[in-house]
Amino acid sequence: MSRLIDQLNKLPGVGPKSAQRLAYHLLRMPEDHARALADAIVEMKERSILCERCQNITEASPCTICQEAARDAHTICVVEEPLDLVALERGRGYRGQYHVLHGVISPMDGIGPEQLKVRELLNRLRDGTVTEVIMATNPTLEGEATAMYLQRLIGPLGIRVTRLARGLPAGGDLEYADDITLARAMEGRQEVTS
Amino acid sequence: MASVSAPQVYRTEAIILRHQRYGEAGRLVTIFSPNHGKLRVLARGALRPTSHLAGHLEPLTKVVLLLARARGFDLVTQAETLESHGAIRSTLWRMSSAFYAAELVDRMSQDNIESFPIYRLLQRFLAWLEEAKEPDVPVRFFELQLLGVSGYRPELRSCAECGAPLEPVLNGLSGPAGGCLCPACALKSRDVRPISVNALKVLRVLQLGDRDLAGRLRLDAPLARELDQLMRYYMPHAVDHDLRTTGFVDAVRATRPTGNHAGTTAPVTLDAQPDGQLPVEAAAP
Repeated sequence: MSRLIDQLNKLPGVGPKSAQRLAYHLLRMPEDHARALADAIVEMKERSILCERCQNITEASPCTICQEAARDAHTICVVEEPLDLVALERGRGYRGQYHVLHGVISPMDGIGPEQLKVRELLNRLRDGTVTEVIMATNPTLEGEATAMYLQRLIGPLGIRVTRLARGLPAGGDLEYADDITLARAMEGRQEVTS
Repeated sequence: MASVSAPQVYRTEAIILRHQRYGEAGRLVTIFSPNHGKLRVLARGALRPTSHLAGHLEPLTKVVLLLARARGFDLVTQAETLESHGAIRSTLWRMSSAFYAAELVDRMSQDNIESFPIYRLLQRFLAWLEEAKEPDVPVRFFELQLLGVSGYRPELRSCAECGAPLEPVLNGLSGPAGGCLCPACALKSRDVRPISVNALKVLRVLQLGDRDLAGRLRLDAPLARELDQLMRYYMPHAVDHDLRTTGFVDAVRATRPTGNHAGTTAPVTLDAQPDGQLPVEAAAP
């Protein structure tokens, strides 16, 4: 039991108390449910691979998004993590390709371009199909550094490099916004239509 | 007499050094405050879209924070940006230099030890970097000054081993010795790098701490490169740790357009004075 608690405690957002509660919940769970959970974890680890094109997590390479013929092959949207891809797909506003970096340049943590899937991205751009790369890294300093660094590598290839618009979040409050957000929101202002 | 306990809520100015994810939507933020030194504070829920905190807690931002004392990490309850250093955020070479400086402060300072000199040094460095056309002089100045205020001032005028005044010849810079070595002592040392006359002169000028004087220095590419390599060698000895941000500095440098950051090179002429002092004449740009 204590070994299980130790392992659950390693999960993000799970502290010692949560780990204990989860462990006792699993103890009370019917055995076949617990076994199904264990099997799902093992199977996920065994069968998950990275898509050879976009580096997203998938069971078959190329992944379903890369195989989808209706997708715009001229645009690649670069994200930090697979969950960012999921979020953008949920938005349903984008119908191009993706590329997952599996991280972001974080100099203080010693994470540089060589630790990310940058080389794989550059390899995809060589055949001339892609005309635009959209940088959808997070609006953090590290995300900006990553976007600017990749622009330096991709720009000379004659490919347009764009960045997601940034501004005020829905439900946000102007009073509490930081000045960088306000400046960018002002730059990206849009015509009001009714 | 009853003791006065520390207030539960306190306000401080600070520069954000770094942040990392904490839990599902929180940020653990390392700040450097003029009154409290280096602190790690927690911003719960900062990653949520409607959070009032996230944009104010980006690295290199100068902020005012309202903090609540807690058993573990003190909690950020309010944040207001004083200076966002927009020019640093919009230029890769400025950003990489600023990250480097933030790491040096992070590594060379202890938690909860007040150091107004370090805070002021970092604040002034970021302001200088915003308007600088090149990183070399501001970064070298910052390194020398940080070493000085942290108690690791390198010996640049006398041999750190035998104490003999350094002559205007090729000397040695030794991390373990904490400064320069004369040629004779350098020959006997296992951990030393050659330092040219001009490089030593520049370091001496920067060590004076005169920002205006340092700002008039213009380094040609070979001298800038030599100084970069020397300090890249020397700093880990003072910090007692390999520096992680230098990899990004190198990556940015490797991708920049040919020529220096400002697109001009203006060599500096340093004529040796009989007493080994520096004239520091900048050639016309």
